Amino acid sequence: MKHCAAIAGILLAVTTGAWASDDASSPPHPDVLAAEAERVAVIASIIPPTVAVFANGGQGGGSGVVISPDGFALTNFHVAQPAGNAMKCGLPDGVLYDAVIVGVDPTGDVALIKLLGREDFPYAELGNSDALRIGDPAIVAGNPFVLANDFQPTITYGVVSGTHRYQYPSGTLLEYADCIQTDAAINPGNSGGPLFNAQGELVGINGRGSFEKRGRVNVGVGYAISINQIKKFLGYLKSGRVVDHATLGATVSTSEDGRVVVDDILESSDAYRRGLRYDDEIVRFGQRDIRTVNAMKNALGIYPRGWSVPLMFRRDGQSVRRMVRLAGLHSAGELARLLQKPVEPPQPKEKPKHKDQPDESPKRPGHPNIRSILNKSQMPKVVADHFEKRPGYANYHFNRINQDRIWQAFVARGDLSQLDSRWTIMGSLESDDPVTIQLSEDTGTLILLEGDSSVHYEDDLSAAIKPPRTGGLLAALHVWHRWATVGLTRFGEVYYLGTMPLSGDGPMVDVLVGTYGGAETRFYFDPNTGDLLALEMFSDDDVDPCEIYFSQLRSINGHMLPHRLEIRHASATYAVVEVKEYQFGDEGEN
Amino acid sequence: MQVTRRIHLPRHSVDFTSRSATFSGVLLGALLTLLISGVVRADVSFADVADSVQPKVVKIYGAGGLRGLEAYQSGILISAEGHVLTVASHVLDSDTVTVILSDGRKLEATLVGTDRRLELAVLELEADDLSYFNLQNAVEADVAARVLAFSNLFGVATGDEPLSVMQGWVAAKTVLNARRGTFKTPYRGPVYIVDVITDNPGAAGGALTNHHGQLLGILGKELRDARTNTWLNYALPIAQVIPAVNYILSGKLRAASEGNRERPSRSLTLSALGIMLVPNVLSRTPAYIDAVHADSTAHAAGLRPDDLVVMLDGRAVESCRSLRSELSYIESDAEITITVLRAGDLILVPLRGGRLNVTTDETSP
Repeated sequence: MKHCAAIAGILLAVTTGAWASDDASSPPHPDVLAAEAERVAVIASIIPPTVAVFANGGQGGGSGVVISPDGFALTNFHVAQPAGNAMKCGLPDGVLYDAVIVGVDPTGDVALIKLLGREDFPYAELGNSDALRIGDPAIVAGNPFVLANDFQPTITYGVVSGTHRYQYPSGTLLEYADCIQTDAAINPGNSGGPLFNAQGELVGINGRGSFEKRGRVNVGVGYAISINQIKKFLGYLKSGRVVDHATLGATVSTSEDGRVVVDDILESSDAYRRGLRYDDEIVRFGQRDIRTVNAMKNALGIYPRGWSVPLMFRRDGQSVRRMVRLAGLHSAGELARLLQKPVEPPQPKEKPKHKDQPDESPKRPGHPNIRSILNKSQMPKVVADHFEKRPGYANYHFNRINQDRIWQAFVARGDLSQLDSRWTIMGSLESDDPVTIQLSEDTGTLILLEGDSSVHYEDDLSAAIKPPRTGGLLAALHVWHRWATVGLTRFGEVYYLGTMPLSGDGPMVDVLVGTYGGAETRFYFDPNTGDLLALEMFSDDDVDPCEIYFSQLRSINGHMLPHRLEIRHASATYAVVEVKEYQFGDEGEN
Repeated sequence: MQVTRRIHLPRHSVDFTSRSATFSGVLLGALLTLLISGVVRADVSFADVADSVQPKVVKIYGAGGLRGLEAYQSGILISAEGHVLTVASHVLDSDTVTVILSDGRKLEATLVGTDRRLELAVLELEADDLSYFNLQNAVEADVAARVLAFSNLFGVATGDEPLSVMQGWVAAKTVLNARRGTFKTPYRGPVYIVDVITDNPGAAGGALTNHHGQLLGILGKELRDARTNTWLNYALPIAQVIPAVNYILSGKLRAASEGNRERPSRSLTLSALGIMLVPNVLSRTPAYIDAVHADSTAHAAGLRPDDLVVMLDGRAVESCRSLRSELSYIESDAEITITVLRAGDLILVPLRGGRLNVTTDETSP
């Protein structure tokens, strides 16, 4: 905030009418010079990572910003989509880089792209957009009116005019929830470009403005997607998918007395299963107090599909806090269908208008000449090497490399497929009662004092949804066993979901989703160690999963295995198993 | 209605040095002073200043809802008991005008009165202990002074969400020399011209402050130069506003309720003006002009068929019937201003009952 004070300090005291240069001899106040020098330094630091995105052979485009040295960059979905899967990105170093689409968030109007060819790109530091205050300095860098033929960004400067603004979507796409409003000039072409705070940290991605009567030019009312929202989506975007926002499965409105209450709720929603009902008052969602419908839209709009978020609601004076699993805003395939519609109108293949585009720019390996640069139909080899087309994905290449990364890290902790696939796990419950779990390729048995539960696994796991009140523990154990023993490639259909906080409020973890035996299972991995921390098996849509949390991992003959299994279902703990011994193969037979 | 309790107003208004200068000259001056000026050290950030101003500005909701006729505007609290200074506009022409305070409290407002020359209005809320700007403490700013503008532009803030804040400088202090054909406003007087874009929908009535958060002026209504299609970003200095507020609060311009307004013995009529409206088929048939008689006052003043009459002397006209009713309260030879909507533009047309309005003050300042 030191900066703000200093900048605010540049009050220009002038006597009306006394415009003559009497004061010209007196040097500016040191504070002014210091503030100026500081601002110049900050602006110098934000220029290098600012990207000029070129689409349609130079006829359109926008802005972007590099956020990591390996070239990941953020832009708007509405900039990236017309550009196609491969695009050209100019940096202020004067080089035009090839870039490839990575992941898109059409609802949030965000796209992640990757600039190729370097591992030492200049990049912007991510700031904390929730710390912004109205009146704080706001610095915009970008490519308004696609002016940056030399890739040097235009800088505009202003203040944060509003925080936590809500701007309605068109249909269900391009919703600006919880966005930042600024009076720094944002014009067409600034879309996708960075908004920085006074420290030069990235706090938003500019993408929208209120225009109305003067045509599409700045009227001092621009909106940026908050970087804190994007941080939540970043792991999803890196999965190469078309990612979706979340819904609570309930809608709210303001009651007569000004409370925000549920006015409709889907019985199939997790919120309903957690006890939320019609007319309950929403008090808190995520980290936000809810006092208006806009506040609820803002609080919800920043979450990706599938995250669990704390919800507090009030009924008859009683407050209830529940962790609620958020479903997708769009149904399966709906996003893909929506994206079919606004396809790029066919552009006449014209010669580039900008003659001064960098024909002379340094050639990089695999960098084609300018003619083919502007010919979109031909994907440069360096891009083709990083692109894999697959329905439902923006770029499957990035999903596959993440699956491989997670599998390699998991196997590095001990390749369980080398062991005999007949497992016997002996342990005790919290009551000290003994428990034995026997797992093999096709059978699973749970031996408890009160009796045994045993299944023979078929191709369909529906017969294994037992014991009762577990959501299908035997099926979930089988899925775990199968993952560990047959591995990524033979498990079934697997994809990388991205990152999310474990059980809603835990550390960020990598998530793989596997489909096998008619059940969908999410596997949660420690991104640092590669250990499997938890899995959730959904035996059906719209039912609570069986959750197993693995902890106290200890090495058994070089294989990391959990010695504590906590089994949860429907936000209750079913059992905690302290494992005393693992046996593999015949030694486990009774 | 008790309207003049505990509101502090100075007897003598703050002197506002009005000077006529060409904009370019003033801008050049501003630029020079930017380069050569000295500095006064501020001890708080804009964010702190913004926080201190927000409780004193409000969101106002009323009539409207069409493009170009938004149903919202901004206002400034000028007393602890809930007097709100805002612009007189169609928004206030509603049975219920709602004011939302910075804490989200939603209050119904009563119109105390309006000043048609300055196009200002004062509303009153049922409230106590509100934060407010004491007009007596309003200050002046010089050209090139840093300013902040607070408004609910585009109606983007709802409930307890803060008004939008923009920053810039005073580009000029000049006299608004409005006339037909350029800026259509009855106001002719000193204004701050700012480089902040303050003429957005809903911004009118907002506060212009200096960088300490002291009140300088009230953001004016949207004004467009019809010839150049440029929009003017301006604010009325508080010194200009104070006499009008005084006048309104003293009751002289108290809004007459429909019940106690008196009809003159000879009222103005549409036929006297030469206006024929569309057939009145609905209870609220919009007041579209169907025909204008040649050689009539209306014809000479430039009214045309298909113009939609939306206001008469600053009062909303909702229908053919309400236009006839409003006219019946006006003397047959009175000067009036009809506001029409034509091809998306609001056009103010001054008329004098019975004969052509050929006053000379269109060209004099």
